[in-house]
Amino acid sequence: MLSTAIILFREVLEAALIIGIIAAATRDVVRRGYWIAGGILLGIGGSCLVAAFAGAISGLAEGMGQELFNASILGLAVLMLSWHNIWMARHGRELATQAGAVGKSVGSGSESVTVLLTVIGLAVLREGSEVVLFLYGVIAQGDTSAGAMLAGGALGILAGVAVGVALYFGLLRIPLRWFFQATSLLILFLAAGMAGQAARLLIQADVLPTLADPLWDVSGILPGNSVLGSVLHALAGYDPQPTGMHMLFYAVTFVIVLVGMRLAAPKR
Amino acid sequence: MRKMPLAVSALTLSVLFGTFMAPLAQADEDIKLVIENHLFVPTEIRVSANQKIRIVIDNRDATPEEFESQGLRAEKVIPGKSKGVVVVGPLKPGRYAFYGEFNAKTAQGVLIAE
Repeated sequence: MLSTAIILFREVLEAALIIGIIAAATRDVVRRGYWIAGGILLGIGGSCLVAAFAGAISGLAEGMGQELFNASILGLAVLMLSWHNIWMARHGRELATQAGAVGKSVGSGSESVTVLLTVIGLAVLREGSEVVLFLYGVIAQGDTSAGAMLAGGALGILAGVAVGVALYFGLLRIPLRWFFQATSLLILFLAAGMAGQAARLLIQADVLPTLADPLWDVSGILPGNSVLGSVLHALAGYDPQPTGMHMLFYAVTFVIVLVGMRLAAPKR
Repeated sequence: MRKMPLAVSALTLSVLFGTFMAPLAQADEDIKLVIENHLFVPTEIRVSANQKIRIVIDNRDATPEEFESQGLRAEKVIPGKSKGVVVVGPLKPGRYAFYGEFNAKTAQGVLIAE
């Protein structure tokens, strides 16, 4: 039961942290709750579809369909997060000043919200299909421990969601002056981390070379499967033994988005 | 790029996916690994160091399994009654543990590069 809880906790954690950050970043957007719930529901629906066709997807591209599909999802999420950050760099200040006065004036923020809805959907989709497959396996096995395993699974999911909720309320405590900088920085790290993960999948699929393997190894200091390692992995793409290609994707994404934000920021 | 509605997202996704479908490089060595009753057969694989290894995993169980190894940097779900491919290496000589995350108590194995 405990092992099931841990597996599902790890699967859910990443999506929960992403949703926590995005829910905080869009705190002033009207009817944001519907967008977030919509993104989660779309993601869950998509997960069931992907799980149902897992065999077919795996079989594509000489058995590398799964890696390529997941890398595509990550690539798209990176694009959308980057776009959101650059958009916020341009409009964040006016949103922050107007939002307090008239709630409706954030209507212009809904463009960016569409993007975030999709990112939430993609985040749920990415890990969700594995959760669905795993739970399907537990039920299909149908042995006596299935009930305990499902209970453990529910516990793991709840724990993951709780961490996301805690992050959300933690972020809301940040004073408004620094709030947009803080959430933008978190989203910047998310995007870079996802780009690194996409590189990792493309290496696994044998599409990209490693360049250096590993570039460094700090698994003795902070193992990737420790609690802190898992949280840092979800938040900032932490990998104790990254390849050269992984860090190249990470650094290039980080720099491009940062430069884009600087260029988009209104001159004062 | 003012708006990115769902249709555009779907298009981007399919274009990205399509780009990656280009012909893939071949590995130097093919290894077969079977999953049966949540066990790996064989539990110990010997491969040559310093070259790419293509591991073809044949999951004969009805339930899915996730082949995972931190050392090999591999993580892949293999649906029930189907095969999955993982390419690893070139590896330095040494022992690399792998396991099935969905049944980690029983599904354990080690790959030895020499």
